[in-house]
Amino acid sequence: MSSMKPVNQKAWWLILPVIICVSFSAIIPLMTVVNYSLQDIISPDRRVFVGTEWFKAVMRDDELHGALLRQLVFSFSVLLVEIPLGILLALSMPAKGWQSSAVLVTVAISLLIPWNVVGTIWQIFGRTDIGLLGASLAAMGFDYSYTGNPTHAWFTVLAMDVWHWTPLVALLCYAGLRAIPDAYYQAASIDGASKFAVFRYIQLPKLRGVLMIAVLLRFMDSFMIYTEPFVLTGGGPGNATTFLSQYLTQKAVGQFDLGPAAAFSLIYFLIILLLCFVLYNWMQRVGAQDKPDGSHG
Amino acid sequence: MDKRFQKRSIFLVLYLVFAILPVYWMVNMSFRTNEEILSTFSLWPENFTIEHYKTIFTDASWYSGYINSLIYVAINTVVSLLVALPAAYAFSRYRFIGDKHVFFWLLTNRMTPPAVFLLPFFQLYTTLGLMDTHLAVAMAHLLFNVPLAVWILEGFMSGVPREIDETAYIDGYSFPRFFITIFIPLIKAGVGVTAFFCFMFSWVELLMARTLTSVDAKPIVAVMTRTVSASGMDWGVLAAAGVLTIVPGAIVIWFVRNYIAKGFAMGRV
Repeated sequence: MSSMKPVNQKAWWLILPVIICVSFSAIIPLMTVVNYSLQDIISPDRRVFVGTEWFKAVMRDDELHGALLRQLVFSFSVLLVEIPLGILLALSMPAKGWQSSAVLVTVAISLLIPWNVVGTIWQIFGRTDIGLLGASLAAMGFDYSYTGNPTHAWFTVLAMDVWHWTPLVALLCYAGLRAIPDAYYQAASIDGASKFAVFRYIQLPKLRGVLMIAVLLRFMDSFMIYTEPFVLTGGGPGNATTFLSQYLTQKAVGQFDLGPAAAFSLIYFLIILLLCFVLYNWMQRVGAQDKPDGSHG
Repeated sequence: MDKRFQKRSIFLVLYLVFAILPVYWMVNMSFRTNEEILSTFSLWPENFTIEHYKTIFTDASWYSGYINSLIYVAINTVVSLLVALPAAYAFSRYRFIGDKHVFFWLLTNRMTPPAVFLLPFFQLYTTLGLMDTHLAVAMAHLLFNVPLAVWILEGFMSGVPREIDETAYIDGYSFPRFFITIFIPLIKAGVGVTAFFCFMFSWVELLMARTLTSVDAKPIVAVMTRTVSASGMDWGVLAAAGVLTIVPGAIVIWFVRNYIAKGFAMGRV
């Protein structure tokens, strides 16, 4: 979004349908949750206004702090692995011919599997007696057990997420790469630019837009990861893979504490919002520094 | 350069193997009996059976799940694209009061952890009398698909030089005519990627779809949770159903692959 765009208030008419569609499902549920978070709901007919009581309780919850820390470590690990891997994969994918179609479809497959099935496949896949991954690791001499060893469980969940979601990054980057005109590459080859220089000064700046979307999507989605680890490890062993969402669901559904769970949800939402906002601004600043390199072509 | 090319091919092949193996294991499971799945380690089915697929294709509660999912996913994808295209154009071309705020606000709608939000969703759609309809799920899924569509399309549209718009307006094109006949064809790649992502996110979403439906519009992802029963898990049927859930999406990406692979003539992302 450059600063030379003309001001035109009529553009609001173009975004109005989007605002209506999204607010319809966004505002009323959000207000309801805010309402829950300020009350003690003893039964549907008996509610007591408790003010910020639940928020204070949630902020002091040690288990929550543990889950938040695990969540942060997990989400940043996801970004550190999936973003470079996705870019590398996009760079390696063939640009044309039947190979490109075949590779595109193959890469996209893991995205299309429902999340509960993803967890189930890995549950079997990781078992040392009947699963390929588990059996291979056992054959190589590892004492592998994702149900018994917290470290193994954590890395299995990470591997599952990398398997499941790296294609999202790769597909976005692939579409972005295909949009770079040949003239840029020709200019670079006349200059005798190295492969790395081409990547750093042509491809990477051009991928800024799609990478921004990829980083934010992967961050917020991994921050809310629930179904896959729930099916695979159930949050265990111990609480090694109990991330925020799982802890929240235990509270909301398991203990049926709607008030505290609603307060928890709102704090959770604000944490994601804050971190995404920081990431977004950081990436825009980094990108803006790159602009002079990328735009003179 | 040649060596570099080879390195990339080796990396690609390694990744594809990593991508395929769990899927292969699911396909392998879907052709084996439950006893065999749980008792023996084998790289291929020893007692090859298509029993699990038969179950799915003959039991209405199974195959209607696929039809229900396809209906609401199709409605959702079409509506998402229709409302997101003009909005993305507005964000990429004009400045107006609150533009940056609205743009970021859109994305915040993807950031709500579902567990607690499901209850008000249930209440909202019950009040509207839309419970257990395809429309309810399609509308609920707009919450996360429309913002995604706007963000992706905006990125692609900002890559198209503004001179194209200006030239077209000088040539006497009206906005709708210019938008449909000139502009959209220029960002085909973006539309293809967006359509695929909308399809995908709506197709695999479980929690909302399960909350808003009971019988008539029950999606396949919710039907699948049924395989956990008193007699234990029906692994074979679950695997077969999993294999079949890949098919529609694979067809979608096959159709949009050319748009994704071609990129577009003069733009940049």
